[in-house]
Amino acid sequence: MPRASTNRRQFLRDASLIGAAMLFRAGVRRGFGEDTITLPFVNGERPIAQYPQKRPLILQTSRPPQLETPFAIFNEGIITPNDAFYVRYHLANIPLTIDPEKFRLEIKGEVRAPLSLSLDSLRNDFENVEIVAVNQCSGNSRGFFIPRVGGGQLGNGSMGNAKWRGVRLKDVLEKAGVKTNAKQVACNGLDTPVLPQTPDFIKALDIDHALDGEVMLAFEMNGEPLPMLNGFPLRLVVPGYFATYWLKHLNELTVIPDTLDNFWMTTAYRIPNTPDASVEPGTTPKSTVPINRYNVRSFITSHSDGAKIAAHQPVRVRGIAFDGGSGIREVLFSGDAGQSWQSSALGEDLGRYSFREWSLAYTPAKPGDAVWKCRAINRLGETQPMEPLWNPGGYMRNVVETVKVNIA
Amino acid sequence: MRIITLGFITFTGAAALAGDITITLPAETVVFNPGKGIELAQANCLICHSADYIRNQPPMPRKFWEAEVKKMREKYGAPAPEDVAPALVDYLAATYGAPEAKRP
Repeated sequence: MPRASTNRRQFLRDASLIGAAMLFRAGVRRGFGEDTITLPFVNGERPIAQYPQKRPLILQTSRPPQLETPFAIFNEGIITPNDAFYVRYHLANIPLTIDPEKFRLEIKGEVRAPLSLSLDSLRNDFENVEIVAVNQCSGNSRGFFIPRVGGGQLGNGSMGNAKWRGVRLKDVLEKAGVKTNAKQVACNGLDTPVLPQTPDFIKALDIDHALDGEVMLAFEMNGEPLPMLNGFPLRLVVPGYFATYWLKHLNELTVIPDTLDNFWMTTAYRIPNTPDASVEPGTTPKSTVPINRYNVRSFITSHSDGAKIAAHQPVRVRGIAFDGGSGIREVLFSGDAGQSWQSSALGEDLGRYSFREWSLAYTPAKPGDAVWKCRAINRLGETQPMEPLWNPGGYMRNVVETVKVNIA
Repeated sequence: MRIITLGFITFTGAAALAGDITITLPAETVVFNPGKGIELAQANCLICHSADYIRNQPPMPRKFWEAEVKKMREKYGAPAPEDVAPALVDYLAATYGAPEAKRP
């Protein structure tokens, strides 16, 4: 690891103090030059740190770097700014220097004509397309699982919504000419393990999925090149699917005639093979499948626990909702812990893979503590459970969320 | 060897796609809590990841830490010899584990 200079540390500390002061209304504590935030679960204290091309974010791990978006940012708009977008890596040997002119994407394996494509070639030789899509870590919200499970102890901020620009994976694969025996596409990026015996992070998509015309090779995020820590210069965008498939620094696509059998597909990132991907808390699933599409989620973003609200005055309650790609049909709000529900107005539709804003004017009547909830329903009629589901990987949490406010 | 830049990012033309793009990560400052066997965690765990991977886990029983060490050795290829594993588990369970009394 390169050693940072004293000036650099001082700069980061100052930037961090200023940034954190702007970002957080509550939950941030300042000590001897280090800010922290406490996520609302046991052992939830984390430093606030500033990384290259990022504003101060929640530091989950240092090596490899993993950063979480402070939840208040989701109330600023349904597009998550690049400098606030969360970061997740698996293996510590990550690229810190990339020459975009020398970068090549290799397409090989069961194809008629293997390709080696520069970024210019990707931009210029294939139709450019855009999609707004949520990228959510499989383990987002794992820290809230009860009983607790091992792994990244994440709050709700390991997700983001961006406008991705790139080319269709389908177009690139068809140029290479996929052979009829193709079964999957194995996707690999520039990040590698520290030790050669550690399994490299390689994930696979079924060939039909890879050729569906939606999976994208993205070189831009919200109108700018991808930040380095979000996969510069090229990453896979797999709309509606958990981020484990959205390979960063993507430089190798191998069309294979069988199902990829490696640690990251066969052992890790598996969910119970049950209708809601859950099992009885504390038990082991009988059979599992690779994690795949997002389930329905919604959040209140305008208010957080402990908010003070004036009685008998209308207040704007607002939030976000998303699902695995059918789109959000409706978001219901309850000001009385789920006894009664009312509908909300949906905001601008940026596509069925995007966050969808919801809001309503709500007038609290009775003073005292109140429990607010929100519940989304997608266009397939799927919704969120009132009580949390559980699985041993800590994946796919989508319980109806609760915010406790005080009416005075 | 990596070039250590003066600033925190060296951009030589992100938009123009010309030349290297380099970032420099902040220094790793997180360390393990003191305890008997800390040197085993330092020697084996820190090869591949920082101490916060362990520090951030919820208080978990010894069998959790046994499973983690086993996974690191067998799935991730951690070079910790088998005969070191019990002492490493002792350190992890004593330092980051659930207190005995609170175990279900």
